[in-house]
Order: sequence, then structure tokens, then C-alpha cells
Amino acid sequence: MAPHDLRRPFKRAAISDQQKRRDLSLLRQAQNRRDSQQQARCLASSILSLQSSAPESEPEQSDIEIETEHESEDLSKDLDVRRASKLRGPEVRKWFARQLMLPEWMIDVPDRLSQDWYVLARPAGKRCFVVSSNGTTVSRQRNGSILHYFPSALPAGAKTRDGSGSAQSYCILDCIFHESDQTYYVIDMVCWNGYSLYDCTAEFRFYWLNSKLEESGACNVPSHYHKFRFSAVPVYNCDQSGLYAAYSGTVPYVKDGLLFYNKHAHYQSGNTPLVLVWKDENCSQYVIDTDGKGEIPSQQQVVLELQDDRKLVTSDDPPVLFCCLDGDIIEKSGLQSGNLLRFAIGDGGLSFVDGKLENADLIYLGKSNRARAFADSYSKVIFQFMVRHSPLKIDDLLASINSPDDQEKIPSDIEMVG
Amino acid sequence: MVGIIGVSTFNKVQSVGVVEPAWMLQLCKLYGFIGLLIQYLNSYLWDLSRLLGSVLFSRSSPICGRNIMAMEVTQVLLNAQSIDGAVRKNAEESLKQFQEQNLTVFLVSLSGELANEEKPVETRKLAGLILKNALDAKEQHRKFELVQRWLSLDSNAKSQIKACLLKTLTSVVSDARSTASQVVAKVAGIELPHKQWPELIGSLLSNVHQLPAHAKQATLETLGYLCEEVSPDVIDQDQVNKILTAVVQGMSTSEGSIDVRLAATRALYNALGFAQANFSNDMERDYIMRVVCEATLSPDVRIRQAAFECLVSISSTYYDKLAPYIQDIFNITAKAVKEDEEPVALQAIEFWSSICDEEIDILEEYGGDFTGDSDIPCFYFVKQALPALVPMLLETLLKQEEDQDQDEGAWNIAMAGGTCLGLVARTVGDDIVPLVVPFIEGNISKPDWRQREGATYAFGSILEGPSPEKLIPLVNVALTFMLSALTKDPSSHVKDTTAWTLGRIFEFLHGSAVDSPIISQANCQQIVTVLLQSMKDTPNVAEKACGALYFLVQGYEEMGPSSPLTPFFQEIVQSLLTVSHREDAGESRLRTAAYETLNEVVRCSTDETAPLVLQLVPVIMMELHNTLEGQKLSSEEREKQSELQGLLCGCLQVIIQKLGSSEPTKYVFMQYADQIMGLFLRVFDCRSATVHEEAMLAIGALAYATGADFAKYMPEFYRYLEMGLQNFEEYQVCAVTVGVVGDISRALEEKIVPYCDGIMTQLLKNLSSNQLHRSVKPPIFSCFGDIALAVGEYFEKYLMWAMSALQSAAELSTHIAGDDELVEYTNSLRNGILEAYSGIFQGFKNSPKTQLLIPYAPHILQFLDGIYMEKDMDDVVMKTAIGVLGDLADTLGSHAGSMIQQSVSSKDFLNECLSSEDLMIKESAEWAKLAISRAISV
Repeated sequence: MAPHDLRRPFKRAAISDQQKRRDLSLLRQAQNRRDSQQQARCLASSILSLQSSAPESEPEQSDIEIETEHESEDLSKDLDVRRASKLRGPEVRKWFARQLMLPEWMIDVPDRLSQDWYVLARPAGKRCFVVSSNGTTVSRQRNGSILHYFPSALPAGAKTRDGSGSAQSYCILDCIFHESDQTYYVIDMVCWNGYSLYDCTAEFRFYWLNSKLEESGACNVPSHYHKFRFSAVPVYNCDQSGLYAAYSGTVPYVKDGLLFYNKHAHYQSGNTPLVLVWKDENCSQYVIDTDGKGEIPSQQQVVLELQDDRKLVTSDDPPVLFCCLDGDIIEKSGLQSGNLLRFAIGDGGLSFVDGKLENADLIYLGKSNRARAFADSYSKVIFQFMVRHSPLKIDDLLASINSPDDQEKIPSDIEMVG
Repeated sequence: MVGIIGVSTFNKVQSVGVVEPAWMLQLCKLYGFIGLLIQYLNSYLWDLSRLLGSVLFSRSSPICGRNIMAMEVTQVLLNAQSIDGAVRKNAEESLKQFQEQNLTVFLVSLSGELANEEKPVETRKLAGLILKNALDAKEQHRKFELVQRWLSLDSNAKSQIKACLLKTLTSVVSDARSTASQVVAKVAGIELPHKQWPELIGSLLSNVHQLPAHAKQATLETLGYLCEEVSPDVIDQDQVNKILTAVVQGMSTSEGSIDVRLAATRALYNALGFAQANFSNDMERDYIMRVVCEATLSPDVRIRQAAFECLVSISSTYYDKLAPYIQDIFNITAKAVKEDEEPVALQAIEFWSSICDEEIDILEEYGGDFTGDSDIPCFYFVKQALPALVPMLLETLLKQEEDQDQDEGAWNIAMAGGTCLGLVARTVGDDIVPLVVPFIEGNISKPDWRQREGATYAFGSILEGPSPEKLIPLVNVALTFMLSALTKDPSSHVKDTTAWTLGRIFEFLHGSAVDSPIISQANCQQIVTVLLQSMKDTPNVAEKACGALYFLVQGYEEMGPSSPLTPFFQEIVQSLLTVSHREDAGESRLRTAAYETLNEVVRCSTDETAPLVLQLVPVIMMELHNTLEGQKLSSEEREKQSELQGLLCGCLQVIIQKLGSSEPTKYVFMQYADQIMGLFLRVFDCRSATVHEEAMLAIGALAYATGADFAKYMPEFYRYLEMGLQNFEEYQVCAVTVGVVGDISRALEEKIVPYCDGIMTQLLKNLSSNQLHRSVKPPIFSCFGDIALAVGEYFEKYLMWAMSALQSAAELSTHIAGDDELVEYTNSLRNGILEAYSGIFQGFKNSPKTQLLIPYAPHILQFLDGIYMEKDMDDVVMKTAIGVLGDLADTLGSHAGSMIQQSVSSKDFLNECLSSEDLMIKESAEWAKLAISRAISV
């Protein structure tokens, strides 16, 4: 038996660099594996929570287009967009359907319009999310269905030789696809080249949009690697000249109303009062709601939700009470709480006290379309009511900008509705 | 043999299912060894010989066959040692044939040869050696086969062999005895665990009590080997007592023969592991310790050395029993360190190093556990001995050898003493400082280089352990002196140690964790300049300077976007590249050190210096390219070349990982991806394993950075991937390749589908192989998960095979019985299995084929319950396990609702995880809770 070797490492680091490289690689791989699993799980958990709170429904077939502006209020705002770029299959549709920021209707003029708001002329067309990742670009409409699947000059938008389409890079743009000139008009930027802009102010997003979109070549004429042209929509400060430019300026697209963005607001999925839509006959073909046949009904129609205590409410959070339904009707028609009911607004109209809805003359028409998921929002009902009776005019908007102390004045402008 | 089994079972499984023909062929081959999986898994999980039985390798022993004439054997054995190569080759061939034709007769003949006193000593030795090699091998699977082969031999033949072996122990020829004692131990190693050869120990012990001395010596030697070979639990205490008695008596001064005493002392070294009970008995322990201590004073240096070896072994095995003897031991060791010959003195120092190891471990455990409970209490032997121990060690520092820094294999008393001093510092912390400072001050400026070097080494040794508050004032004073010594000291030895000490200063006292920085804007420039200057010194000094630079750079890692090193970045990189090109960079591992430091520079680079790292890419690529140009090289040159390639691939890996971790740099880096990949593919054509591992690691990083575009490299890369997975010999390469399959799965996602058949086949093969190192198996399971997550329901094709492998492994890994290492391994195996389940469930989620997983759910839930009840899982497993519960609920939904509700995991385990302090566990548990509530509500 030979003596045992007792040499110890002398003037040596305890761990070799090769072992360190190995360990760091393993660490990276474990991290990546965890990320992939986490991604799969987070996606699933967001869908689970959505399914339990908001029943799935197909978009209402017979409803007119603008009615689908309603959205579940229970949106998972915190869901990381990074994951969204990697989704596929039915999840991706569900996810995107809930990610768009939806404007409320402008029923009164916000304070500090000229200081805190932007205005832009909204293009008429299909609202969609455009996502570029992994060398392809996909546009999805509000209901999640794919509009186009195409190569684009957006970062990671096409399989080009420069290898820019890496897995981590992607873009998400909020767009309106304008049929006649086959152009995607970008009305907001949610992610750019892997960087999330969700938590950025509108001011920053528009700045980024204007500088980056042009730079990427996405505004160039279509080519082999770039099937559709993108275009930024001119955004104005909502001062008098800006508002006027948006309202009456010439744009290459058909306008559908004006969009107002609060400069400080982050991108928030679902309905928000920090983005507003306003329209009149001058700047939109669709001011008054049409019915399923495309005709304007003689009386305004609304959809409200029946609650336990016979109350009829809107889809807002918190819901706005319209009136209570007669117990007779409930019994006769076999109605239950949670039903969505269709009403016409009768000659008594809506009456307001101190800017709040006081009374509504509602005529019961029947249950709403089965596929309909939500009641109307308050702002939509009021806007449609105002359009029929005493619309908020462009002059009112311009006037509010001129007035030095607009605080008191604006509410009285709409309170006169009787 | 896998192939043979595969073919033989082919016909049985023709009707396996609706799968493509090519894949089906693979499946059918697989089917054969999937069946063996459980047994193989056993073989790497548990004691090979005990659990497996003889199922796999048993054969009827063919007694018939050609008889080998004894004369013939002698001649062949002589020929096998002939100087004539042709004769030798011929003889080796004949031996091989004998063995293949009739193993039993072959082994019997060899034992007869060994025992025959009339045979020449060379043939007896060789016969014994061949016998020994027929019983044991280094490779686990080979060893296992040999054990099974021996057990299945004809028992008459075995008796005959064993009788010959025992007889040889009494031979007058010492070489024959010594060879026989090793073979006896090997046979005992196989048979005693199977309760065979019960009379062995008895007959050995009766030898000990007989004369002549040479037989006694051989028998004690045999007992020593035997204790080395078998584990303590197979020998009952009664026999242990007898063995120890015989051994200790053999050591005692009453024994007249030096050879017997030496053999006994060496035997005790191995027998100490059996003496647990005896060390708990005060009287017996006192006796053993007294005899060992006496042996350290023996006139024979070999006995003194062996006795100190015993003390070293006792210090770690019976630390808690040493208190009564420690004073005496200190005196003995101090005397040996001062006066004895170097081999003895080295063991004496090693005793204290070993005590330090023990106390560092115990104190570390104290630190981690707030209750202060520890299995073994700390006796603070080092602290108590400190006032005498430190001066003793300091004295050794002045006994350096000339040129010890140039000699890779050097180990002398100064080195051992310095190393021990460093361990003492780690054990006692601040207390050592006042004892060492006077030595440093008194010697650091002396004209004798030994004194300057010793002082510097002492300073460097105590830099780990004491608190920064205690050390920083010293370092602030010393730093300027050190920098000056590094450039000006005439002794290369002093410069070497000075550079090493600077490295230790930066390693332990520089960085964001240290409150008062020792490096300021003012001296940073000087430090860098001096280190870069020293990198032009002799290779050993330059290597230490690289090391110092490594830690200097590392200390600035957490400094944020702007590092104080930014202004020197370019110069540092340039200097390191220059060093790597030095003619003599092959000495003192200088080139390796230069690249390791370059790697650290890259890892610690900031946004500011990212453009400079990018510039490095084409430079390193060019270096790698140059190594691939096809000049004719000698084998030595080729070895150097592949070492360099390994370093360059490693460097590229670090660069890719760094640049790939941020979008802007990755974007620019990607322009090189095609070329780099081309280089890596060429590297694979070279033969060295290290290079393959490095290139593979780099490719993993590249796949991660490239994402789905990596698909374009797959057609060419695939065959190397497959080669890597088949590399069982160099299992590190295999392990790394398995990791890269994971990287590629995540990068390619469904684009990996075309390669899945090949990869899955190979992975399943690897799992069932008992030749592959067990550490590779857990990552293979994880890799199943990666693939399933990437390809989704397409994984259906492999589901049955993967699940069957997982299920077998899961059953085995539920219960563990073994040491810490086995518990750790089992947990890593569980983690791999669980990661596979997670990936499969998530991959199948929302697919119409989800229901395929339902049949597996009960077993998986049972597995989760099982490991929960065992209560020995670590945090990682806990997190993965509770995640699997969520994934199962999420994917199967209401199909699994009632099953989940019945499981313990969904209640107690989940609650335990929900209230865990570990955020990762909690997060996974929250997820599981949500998924379960949904599954059971529907």
C-alpha cells in the first residue's frame, strides 16, 4: 500500500473557468426553461381568470359595427406583452381580443383639452393589432381573427438575411386597416423591437411612433419583404389650430370621427375615459347607430343588463342605473337577472339632474341577441342620445378651448338636454 | 448488447401501433431495452451488486472446453512479458483466446500458476495481475459485468482458486504474496456482500497468530486491502473486533518484525472506517490512539509516515473523539514538522489542515443554522492551538525550494505549511492577524528572498477569513509596497507570490460587497499598469498577474453602466491577447489564464464597453480560424492546438452569452452568426473531447441568441448533435449536448420536429444505458420537457416511450435510502422527471389530444404524493413538483378534478407550499391553486 497523496491546490482558484462556463451555461438554460414554463402558465392563468369572470361569446352578428366597442372591464392589464408575441392557436385570439385600448364616447368636453390632450382624425376601417415577431407579421381584428399574415419591414417582421427576426424581438402596433389604399394606419404603438411601451405615456408613445416607424422602413411602398404600407396618422396638440386641422384637414384616408388622447395616460386595455371618440356628420359616415339591416331605427335602441333587484344597468364599472323594470314584464317574459334586454328610448327621452341621469323613458323590446356579451356603456347611450337631440358640436369643442376658465362652463353645455 | 436484445425482440412488437415505418423500427429496437430500464436505473441508483441480482448477466458456466496445460500457461505468461513485440503480441492473443474459450479453466490455471512456488516470479505476478483484472475494472458497467461473471462461475472452480490464493499468502516470494493479497481482497469484495466465503476472515486471523513473519505480514496486508475493498456493514462487529485486535497488536512495539509493524500500520489506515464502535469505547479508543502515537515515534520512517496517515484519517473520521489526545498530538506533530523527514512532516502538517477542514465545515453549519444545533460540536482545537500552531507554520514558510513555482508537481513543506496557514485563517478569522503581522513586518524587506517571499506568502494566506475591518488597514498600507515589489523585486519567486497576493486582495477585499474600497480612482491606473507590465514577466509571474487582473475586473462587475476600468478596457484586452501569443504561453498554464481573464473581462463589460467586445468577435474568430488551417502537426502540437481551440470556443461562448443578453448588441452580433457557426462545425471535425464540449456550450448560447433562425444551421449541425449525445465515454460532452438540445428546442420550437425522431431515440437509448454516467440522466428527463413544450401535441409520437421511462424512474426515485450524495442525486433525478411532466402537460394544453395524458395522471399524482410523504425533497424539487400539480390540473381540467381532490398533494402539500418563504415555491403554488380551483369547479 503506497502512501496516500496529500497534495492540495496551491495558489489556485478553487474553481476552474471552464467549470464556471459550464455552470453559467446551466444557469442560463435553467433560467430559460423556467421562463418558457412560466410563460405557458401565465398565459393559461390569464385565460382562466378571464373565462371565469367573462363568459365567452361570439361577436354579435346582427349588431352594427360600433356596438362591439364594448369590452370586458375585467382585463388582465398586467399581462406581460412579451409573452403575447409567442402565443399561438386559440389563445392568441382570446388574448388579443382583450388587449386593445377602447375609447369612451365624448359626452362632455374634458378639462384642459388644449394642454393635456392630443387629437387625431380616426381613419375608417378595421381596427386591429399588428404583431411582428419571428420573421412574420400578423394583423388581428378586435375579435382576434386574423386579417393578414404577411412580411413587413417592421423589426422581426420578415425573414430577411440580416437575421433581425430573432426570438426576442417583436412589435405590437394598434392600427386601423384602410381598405381603399391598403394601408395600415398606426394609431398607437404598444411594443417596439422587444421594448414594451405599455407603461409609457401617450406623449412618449406618439413620439416613439413617429421616430421609429419611419426609421424602420415600414412606411415605404410595398415590396417583396414588405407587403403592406404603414403610415402614422398625424397627431395634433388639441389647441384650436390642432383641433381644426384634425377636423377639416385633408388626409389620404376616409375619416371616422376624431380621437382624443390624454397625453399622460398609459396604454390600458379595455374602455378608458382617457381616450375619447367624437364624431359628427362632417367627419364620419356613421354617426347615428344603424340596426342589423343598416337602417337607422326611428327610436334610439339600447341594451341594458337586468340585475337581481329589477334594476337595469349599463356595462360600466361601476354600472350606471337606468331604471327599474316592472315586475309584470319580468314574470310574463320569464326574465332572469343577468339577462341583456333591448329597449327603445321613448318620447320621454332621458332626463338629467346635475349632470346625472335622473329618469329614462324605456320601452321594452325583448331580449337582446343571444350572442351579445355585454350591455351598452353609459357614454355610448348618452352620445347616441345627444346626437339625436342636441349634439356636441365642433364649435362647442373649439369654444371650450378658447374659454380661459372652462372648468365651470363645460358641464352646463350638455346639461341643457331635456 | 443493446443491439442484440433489440433485434431479438423485434418480432414480438410488430403490432406496436400506427407509426411511420422508420420510426417504428426505432421503437421496436427501443422496446427491447425499455424493458430493461428499471433494472438499469437500479444500477445507477443503488448499490450495483445488491439490487440487481444476476438477472442481466447470468450465464450457465461452461465447464466443458479445452483444458489448458499448466506448462503452456507459464510459457505464454513469459512470452507476454517478452521484449520482442511480436512474441508479446502473440502471447496476449493466446491469453485472450484461452479466456474466451473457457474462462473457468483459465482462471483456475492462473491461480495455480500464482500459487506454484516452482514457477518464475514474473509469471506468478502476471498470473495474479490477470486474475485481479478479471475481477475488477475502473468503469462502473464493466466492473458490474465482471462481478456478475465471477458470481456465476462454477463454485468448485472458485473454491479451488481461493485455496490457491490463500496458500500463496504464505509463500516465501514476497511479490507473489503481495499480488495474492490484492486478489484475495478483490474476491472478498465480491463475495462477502453476498454472504459467501464466510470462513475467509477466520482463516486470515489464524494466519496472523502463526509464524513465520512473512506470512503474518502478507496476511495483515490482505486485511488492509480487504477493509479498503468491502464496506463496513458487510462484516459483523465480532469479526471487526478480531481484525482490529490483530492489526493493532501487529503495530505494537512488542512485535519484533519491522515489516509486520509496517503492514499492520498501513492496514489500520483502511480498517479505521470499521472502528466506529471501538472508537466509542473509551478503553479501546485509548489503546488504539496510544499505539498509533507510539508508531509515530518508530525508528522506521515508513512506519512513522503511515502512523501520521492514520492520525490524518482519524482527524476527519473521529474528530469528535479527539479532545483527550489533542495536546499530545500537537506535540507529536510539532516535533515532526521541526525535525522529521519531509514525507513525515508533510503528514504532520496535513493533520492540522484536516482539522481545519473539519472545523470550517462545522462552523459553516453553525452559521447557516440559527438554532446552533449541529450533529458534531466544534471543539475549537485550532483556536486553542493557535499561539503555538501559527509560529510552527510560519517557520515552514522559509523552507522554500528553488524553482518550486516552475514545477507543476511540486509539493514541499513550505507549500503545505502556507496552505495550512490559509486554512487556519479561515477557521479562526481575526485572531490570526496579530500573530502573523510581526512575521510579515520582520521579513518583508529582508535581503534574503526566502524571507521576503515567506512574509508575502503569509500575508496572502490570511486574506481569506479575517474580517475586512481587520484587513483593510493592513492592505491599504501594503498595496503600494506590493505593486512596487511586483515590478522591482529581483526574485521571480517573490514576484510570483506578490502577484498571487494581489489577486487574493482583489478577490476578497475588492468589490461592491466591501464597504470601504481599497482601490480609488487614483491607484486604479497604477494597479492596471503594474499588472499589465507583469504580464510580460516570466510565465509563472505573468500567470499570477492574469489571475490578479481577473479578480480586479470581477470586483467591478456590479458597478453599473460606468466602470472605472472603462478607460483601460482596450489596453487590457490587447495585453491579454498579446500574452496569449507569447512563445512561452504554454508554460505555467499562462495561455489558459490569459483567456480565463479575457472571459471575465467580457462577462463584466458594461454598455459602455459593449462596442469593444463586439470588436473582439472577429479577432477571436480569426484566431479560431487559424487553428483550423490544415497543417501537418505532430501529436504534441495537435494536443496544444486543441487546447487552444478549446480556449477560443470558450471565449466565444462567453462573448455570445454576453452580447446575446441585450437586444442592441445581439442585433449587431448576429452579423457574425453564420461564420461563427461555420467555425464551430469545423471544430467538431477535430477529435478532442474538451473542444467538443466548449464548442457545444458555445452553440447552445448561439441558439439562444439566434432563436428560430437557428433552423438554418440544423441540417449541418445535426450529426454533431447526435455524435455528442452518443458520447458516453466523455460524459461531460454528452451532458452538455443534452443541455444544448434544450436550448435548440426553445429556439426552434416546432421547427425542431424534423429532428425529433433522431433526438428522442438517442435520448431514450441513453437513459437505458448503464454505460452512461448517471449524472447525465436527470438532464435528459428535463430535456423531454423542453422538447414537448416546443413541439406540443406532436410529442404524441413519443409519449408512450417517454412516459414509460419517466414512470420507471419516478418509482425508483420516490424512496431514497443512502448518503447525502445519493439524496442529492435523487432530488436532481426527481427534478428532471418533474420538469419533463411539466413540459409535456403544458405542451399538450389546448390540444385535442389532451385526453391521451389522462391515463398517466394517477401515477403522476401518486408520485407527487410519494415524494411529499418522504419529506426529503429540496426546494427546487418542491417548486417543480407543485408546478406539475398545477400543470396537470390546468391541462386535464375537469377530467382530473376528482383525482386531484383525492391526492394529498392538492391539500397538505399545496398548503405547505402556499405558506413557503421561498418566493418561487409560493409563485408555483399560487399557480397550482388557481388551476386546481378551476379544474374542480367545472
